[in-house]
Amino acid sequence: MTAGTAPQVAADGETVDLAIVGAGPAGMAAAIRAAELGLAVVVFDDQPAPGGQIYRNVAHPPPLPRHVLGPDYHAGAALVARFLASGAEYRPSSVVWHVAEGSLSHTGPDGGGTLAARRILIATGAMERPFPVPGWTLPGVMTAGAAQIMLKASATVVDDAVFAGSGPLLYLVVAQYLRAGIRIRALLDTTPRGARRRALARLGSAWSGRTTLAKGLGLLAEIRRAGVTVHRHVADLAAVGTDRLDAVTWRSGSVRHRLDCATLFLHQGIVPNVNTAMAVGCSHRWDEGQLCWRPTLDAAGRSSVPGVMVAGDGGGIAGAVAAALSGEIAAIAAASDLGRIDGATRDRLLGPLESRRRRDMAVRPFLETLYRPADADRIPSRDETLVCRCEEVDRGTLADIVRRGCPGPNQIKAFSRCGMGPCQGRLCGHTVTELFADLTGRSPDEVGHYRIRMPIKPVTLGDIAGP
Amino acid sequence: MFRSLTEPTGRLVTVSLDGRSVELPEGDNLAVALLRAGHGPFRTTPAKAAPRQPYCMMGVCFECLAEIDGVPNRQTCQERVVPGQSIRRQDGARSTGSAAAPAPAARGTP
Repeated sequence: MTAGTAPQVAADGETVDLAIVGAGPAGMAAAIRAAELGLAVVVFDDQPAPGGQIYRNVAHPPPLPRHVLGPDYHAGAALVARFLASGAEYRPSSVVWHVAEGSLSHTGPDGGGTLAARRILIATGAMERPFPVPGWTLPGVMTAGAAQIMLKASATVVDDAVFAGSGPLLYLVVAQYLRAGIRIRALLDTTPRGARRRALARLGSAWSGRTTLAKGLGLLAEIRRAGVTVHRHVADLAAVGTDRLDAVTWRSGSVRHRLDCATLFLHQGIVPNVNTAMAVGCSHRWDEGQLCWRPTLDAAGRSSVPGVMVAGDGGGIAGAVAAALSGEIAAIAAASDLGRIDGATRDRLLGPLESRRRRDMAVRPFLETLYRPADADRIPSRDETLVCRCEEVDRGTLADIVRRGCPGPNQIKAFSRCGMGPCQGRLCGHTVTELFADLTGRSPDEVGHYRIRMPIKPVTLGDIAGP
Repeated sequence: MFRSLTEPTGRLVTVSLDGRSVELPEGDNLAVALLRAGHGPFRTTPAKAAPRQPYCMMGVCFECLAEIDGVPNRQTCQERVVPGQSIRRQDGARSTGSAAAPAPAARGTP
């Protein structure tokens, strides 16, 4: 399937200039700019429509009043329209399961294959940070991002849910539920005491900081005005139930609370979805400010692997505006590296984009400080808490293996199967690194991460064998 | 209980859910449509047979796996409702010696 009336640029055996993995803001903006500069571009995305998670379904949103999802969401429609008219070849519902220097392998509705590409841009975005609390695997426990996806994709909601955690996305989803007239049981805010004071000290004079702060405060005011019960400084969160969620329990100060509910939406920020970049072999470092792994990139998004670039939240959390800018910057750098534009043209194009990105990102230290999840919410202390959802490995098992001298995350797989389930470490990788660091007194960088291997997503042997 | 705020955009079509006929809106996200239909659990885990339901809805958690048209381990949150499709719950680990899954038609060899 092609976008608009784009030519088929990726015939068998042909080499494309730029293959992009992901059609969120970074992937779309990169495709638009690369196509403008005359590059042959192919974009693979696992969703049926462009937009990524942030602009999911934005070209055909459910028939809800526009203020429900809000102007920041609907602003994505223009980018999607430009992407579909860009001339880049667009392959929706496609899974890229292997990436190497100069080629990638994919499956999709039109079959699959291997595509040669002079440059590869990984724009796979972010995922919600794991929230390992007792009972988080019970049916009825989902993420706040999942609640928002159901709203955007199918106008689907659930009444009387409890939302718990911290971060801009959590408050946004609660506000969107309220605008749609949905009853909310309670908001349990896990933002640690003193976070706002610490964050304000880092706000500086950034204008984007002031607008972001105003937006955040506006959401909180909207939630309070709606009369939602808000519990602050929530600690020791747990989901309770046998075969499904019956209640949520927590501690405020020294008082334990319990609230019966059938649905709990958890959220404590987002982290780069690093599996593709890690599987390719891109070098990664632990970012202590964002508490996550991120690929080591230069200013244009070039990774440590020749010809492989990363743009958007997959390279470090910066939000949709900065993601689109980083996609454009990467596309210009790719065009320059391939000799399609000269150095003077490159610098003239990059200058304004880089300064806009700097301005937009000035607010990040403030946000990172304000919404830094508490250590106890990231690094479980109760032995019964499952760390690895897929293989059901709890914190106690991992702590015991560490005590017996297990050297790192890759060995822990062999001892316990932790990280060896179908999610390939996405839902436990960050937790295992931090738990290991906590138990051994080493830094997350010293502990390292699982070695992620191809296929990036489970595929059939038939897919691997090819047509 | 999950519910839709709007009329279904797709026409209602019949699918088979664990052998029962169920009407779902064509083209809707399959995991969402199944949640609205009250389906659950979606699967039980290979390790301890614990019940699981969708968690992330964006393809990273692999909790919403089901057998679709004979192919196991499909992520229902990444699939759409197709008329006549057959969805089956996955219980525990897959037994060895089970019949090999037929190749899905969409990926047929040329």
